[in-house]
Amino acid sequence: MPSLPDAATPDVARLAERAAAAQSHDPHIADVALKPAFFDWLCRMGDNSLILGHRISEWCGHGPVLEEDIALANTALDLIGHTQMWLGLAAEVEGSGRSADDLAFLRDAMKFRNLKLVELPNGDMAVTLMREFLFDAFHYELLTALTKSSSPRVAEIAAKALKEVSYHLERSSDLVVRLGDGTEESHARMQAALNKVWGYTGEMFAADAVDDAVAEAGIAPALADLLPLWQRTVAEVLDEATLSQPEQRFDAQTGGKQGRHTEHLGYILAEMQFLQRAYPGASW
Amino acid sequence: MTAVLPSTEQVWDWLGEVPDPEIPVVSVTELGIVREVRWEGETLVVAVTPTYSGCPATSVIDLMIETQLREKGITDLRLERRLSPPWTTDWVTEAARDKLRAYGIAPPVDGTASDGLMAGRAARLSGRSNLVIACPRCGSSHTERVSQYGSTPCKASYRCRDCLEPFDYFKCH
Repeated sequence: MPSLPDAATPDVARLAERAAAAQSHDPHIADVALKPAFFDWLCRMGDNSLILGHRISEWCGHGPVLEEDIALANTALDLIGHTQMWLGLAAEVEGSGRSADDLAFLRDAMKFRNLKLVELPNGDMAVTLMREFLFDAFHYELLTALTKSSSPRVAEIAAKALKEVSYHLERSSDLVVRLGDGTEESHARMQAALNKVWGYTGEMFAADAVDDAVAEAGIAPALADLLPLWQRTVAEVLDEATLSQPEQRFDAQTGGKQGRHTEHLGYILAEMQFLQRAYPGASW
Repeated sequence: MTAVLPSTEQVWDWLGEVPDPEIPVVSVTELGIVREVRWEGETLVVAVTPTYSGCPATSVIDLMIETQLREKGITDLRLERRLSPPWTTDWVTEAARDKLRAYGIAPPVDGTASDGLMAGRAARLSGRSNLVIACPRCGSSHTERVSQYGSTPCKASYRCRDCLEPFDYFKCH
C-alpha cells in the first residue's frame, strides 16, 4: 500500500484553528482530563480501519474473480478513508504536532490499538470474508451509536463512515450466506473460517478503562450494549448460511486494544511503514 | 482602490465547468460535492465534501477546482473539506442524471438514497429485488446486478438481460 490519500492529510495547526472557530465546537477536545483516553480510543477506531484496510488491500490483484478483487479494493479504500478521519482527529486531540500520517507510519506495534481480529492473516477467501462479516456487524452497530455521540466531530465522522459500512455489511453478510449455504467445499471452508476467527471476536466487546472513560463522557456507547445487537445479526446470518456458531469462548484472544498484538502485526507494519522509515518525510 | 471581487454566483458558474475526473460528463457542482462558496474578506473559501471517504479522486478534484479558480484570476483561495452532512446521491442534479444515462451509466434510482438503501436491504432479506435499475442503453428494466462494486467506489456493476450489455450503476448512497 502506498501512502494514505494525501488530499485529506490534516494540517494539525490549521485544523485546530478551524475547529475552534467552527460552529460545531467540540467541548471534548479541550478536556485535558479526558485527553489520554479520548486519544487512545480514537487510535483504536483509526487502527482497526487502517489494519483491516491494509489486510483487505493485500487481495488487490489476487482476487478469485475480478468483481471480488474490485469489491475488496473498494472496501479497503473506504477503510483507509475512515482511518484518515479518525487518526486525523486523534492527532488533533493529542495536539503535539503529529499528523494522521505520522500516527500511521511512525508508531511501533506496541503503540497500535487495533483488535487482534483485524491483523490476522487473510488466509483463504473464507477467512477474509468471515472476518470481515464479523467485524462489519460490530462496526455497523458501533458507528450507528456513534452518530449520536456527544462529540460532534466523532458524530460527523461516524455518519460519513456508516453509509459505507452499511454497504460492507450488506456485501459480507450476503457472501457468508451464499458460500456457507453453497457447495460442500465452500460450506466446509466457511465453517473452518468461523471456527478459526471466533475466539478473536470477543475483544470487540471487552471494555477497559479507556472504553469506560469515553462512554462516561457520552462520546461512545458502552460496548456491552452493542453485544446483543451483534449477536442477533450474527445468529441470523449464520443460521441462513447453515453454519454453526462455535462452542468455544469468543473472547479467548484479547489484548490488541492495549497494544499486545500477535506477531502478525509486526510484519504488516514492516511492509506498510518501510518507506517512511527508510526515507523520512518522503512524499509523492 | 480595491479590486472588485467576483460574485459567489460567478464562482459557482466557474465551478460548474469543472468536470468530475472519473465521470467527465458531469461537473463537480452537478454531483453536489461543492457545498458552499463564500468570501472571507478577500479570501475565497470553497467547501467541498468527499463522495466516499477514501475516494482517490478527492485530491484530483481539489486540484482541478484550484486550477480553474486560479485561471479565473482568484489568487487568495482556501479549500475546506466538509464532512457533515455526509454526501448523498440525492444531491446529484436532474440534469446530471440525464447526462449519466446518456454516457452509459444508470443514474441513482429516484427517491432518497436512504429509501434506496433500505429498500435494497429489504429486498435482499426477502430474497427479491424491488429496485428497478433500467438499462441506460435500451431502457429495459430486465437487469441484474453483477457486483456491488464497479470501476469507482460510487458505482456497481450491472448487466442488461435484454440487450446483454454490461453497464455501471451510480449507486444510491
